[in-house]
Amino acid sequence: MVLAGRTILDRVSFTVAPGSFTGLIGSNGAGKTTLLKTILGLVKPTSGTVSIGGAAGPRRDPIVGYVPQKIALEPDAPLRARDLIGLGLDGHRYGMTRPSARRRNLIDEILAAVNATRFADRRVGRLSGGEQQRVMIAHALISRPRLLLLDEPLANLDIGSSHEVVELLRRIATDQGIAIVLTAHDMNPLLHAMDRIVYIARGRAVSGTTAEVVRTETLSELYGYHVEVIHAAGRVLVAAGEAGEGKNARTPPAPPDSQVG
Amino acid sequence: MDLSAIIIEPGFFSNQPVQTALVVSAITAVVSAVVGVFTVIRGQSFAGHAFSDIGGAGASGAVLVGAQPLLGFVTLNVAAAGVMEMIGIRRARGRDLATGIVLGVALGFSALFLFLATTYTSTSGATVSILFGSLFTVAPSLIPVVAVLGAFVMALIAILYRPLLLTSIDYELAAVRGVPIRLVGIGYLIALALAVSLSSITIGAILSTALLVGPPATALRLTKRTGTAIAVASAVGVAAAWLGILISYDTASWSADGNGWPVSFCIVAVVFVFYVSASFPSRLGHRVRGHHQEPVKSLEPS
Ligand SMILES: Nc1ncnc2c1ncn2[C@@H]1O[C@H](COP(=O)(O)OP(=O)(O)OP(=O)(O)O)[C@@H](O)[C@H]1O
Ligand SMILES: [Mg+2]
Repeated sequence: MVLAGRTILDRVSFTVAPGSFTGLIGSNGAGKTTLLKTILGLVKPTSGTVSIGGAAGPRRDPIVGYVPQKIALEPDAPLRARDLIGLGLDGHRYGMTRPSARRRNLIDEILAAVNATRFADRRVGRLSGGEQQRVMIAHALISRPRLLLLDEPLANLDIGSSHEVVELLRRIATDQGIAIVLTAHDMNPLLHAMDRIVYIARGRAVSGTTAEVVRTETLSELYGYHVEVIHAAGRVLVAAGEAGEGKNARTPPAPPDSQVG
Repeated sequence: MDLSAIIIEPGFFSNQPVQTALVVSAITAVVSAVVGVFTVIRGQSFAGHAFSDIGGAGASGAVLVGAQPLLGFVTLNVAAAGVMEMIGIRRARGRDLATGIVLGVALGFSALFLFLATTYTSTSGATVSILFGSLFTVAPSLIPVVAVLGAFVMALIAILYRPLLLTSIDYELAAVRGVPIRLVGIGYLIALALAVSLSSITIGAILSTALLVGPPATALRLTKRTGTAIAVASAVGVAAAWLGILISYDTASWSADGNGWPVSFCIVAVVFVFYVSASFPSRLGHRVRGHHQEPVKSLEPS
């Protein structure tokens, strides 16, 4: 992937299975969003392919659901959480919304599934970050995608809400057989939930189970200098180690989690 | 003399300019309100202001060459919509300086054209009527044109209704769902350009955004549903326009020399009064909520 003459991502390859939970992990500017947008078809890769689903699912059903990192709706916008979720069902069609009992039931069901019934009738623009996140997940889920992509769903969430969202997504993946791919700069809240991790650094990526990827040897090779993977109190820390001799003598840029205590 | 004759001065309904004003302002108010609700949701009132400046230059130019101001408003605003789509409205807003200069130049051209028109042609009063509107001088022959433009905008919004909402949440999200976001964007900008044009011949280029933003802002205080907001905004807009016309007409009848308050001022003042009064229920609601700690029922059934 080359953007404005810069190579952002190079030779990145991974697969996700139905019902699996994959984390794209990397520091700011690593290329997580770019990778998601490539999968979504919003940006074209310089070379390489993305294939989703092989045989298509039921007709007219979208295959991919997407939850952007942040939505910027005016606090006063006359759009309730349930309206926004309804748009996930038919927002791409022309004409005005035609209310029906079936539509309402679908929305109520999905509201309950993401535990958002409580604020279903509030304006989306006035919901908190975590509440909006749930509403956007419901918006993406209601069209029954087979692959759900989320960009930094845990950014702006406190530990409690981020735990809840991870649990929710994990359950959705398992119960509905939806492949979930999300990006994060901190892997810790996801450690127990991820089936696979795609660790992005320096324009390249390694993928595998967390046990395979989050190891001193694997990540040192990816970074191109020695990093130390430290397990402490159920958390993982990737710390910059010694710089390699010779040409790489200056201090390497800090890996993503080095300052996480 | 009965009460209604005091509130509504004699001759109000039989007065031909008043009839034209009532019809034109009602169409304009509804169109502005419908488009305006989306303008507020999409956070694009900036584009509305841009159209009012640019359209003013178009209308002034039209007066100079002896054409209908409405033609000038519509032509330049639709052209501006195309340019905005090309450079990207989001980027245009980001580039404050460049945009400010372009809009300033547009106003400058209005000044030039209006100066030339009033100096060298017999169109005295063009300045006031372009910039501040002169609803009572709108020709009855313009009603069909206004009606057709209004119907076109309403149809456009009705067709784009859901994609407009979806793109306002996140345009890439809409793109993922297969919405042609550029087409929807330009369709909306054209609707906005036409709404501002209509509003400009009603209350003037400078005040035109008052009808675009005021009634929707009032409606948003009263409801949290899109459809209801559109209905309330339309009602508020029409009520403000008609009340403004009535006040302007009455003040003219009361004054000795027959000069009433400018109708644009009256309409904008009523819009403002509505907006302020709509703020009270919600403030009251907050107080009640604070004391009893129970949620306050909103105005609409849920
Ligand atoms: N359209 C573009 N043109 C040029 N460079 C771009 C473009 N989009 C992104 N980049 C660059 O690509 C790199 C990766 O960006 P990306 O947004 O994918 O990072 P990210 O991993 O999502 O970071 P963050 O954690 O901050 O969201 C960055 O260096 C960014 O500056
Ligand atoms: Mg990103």
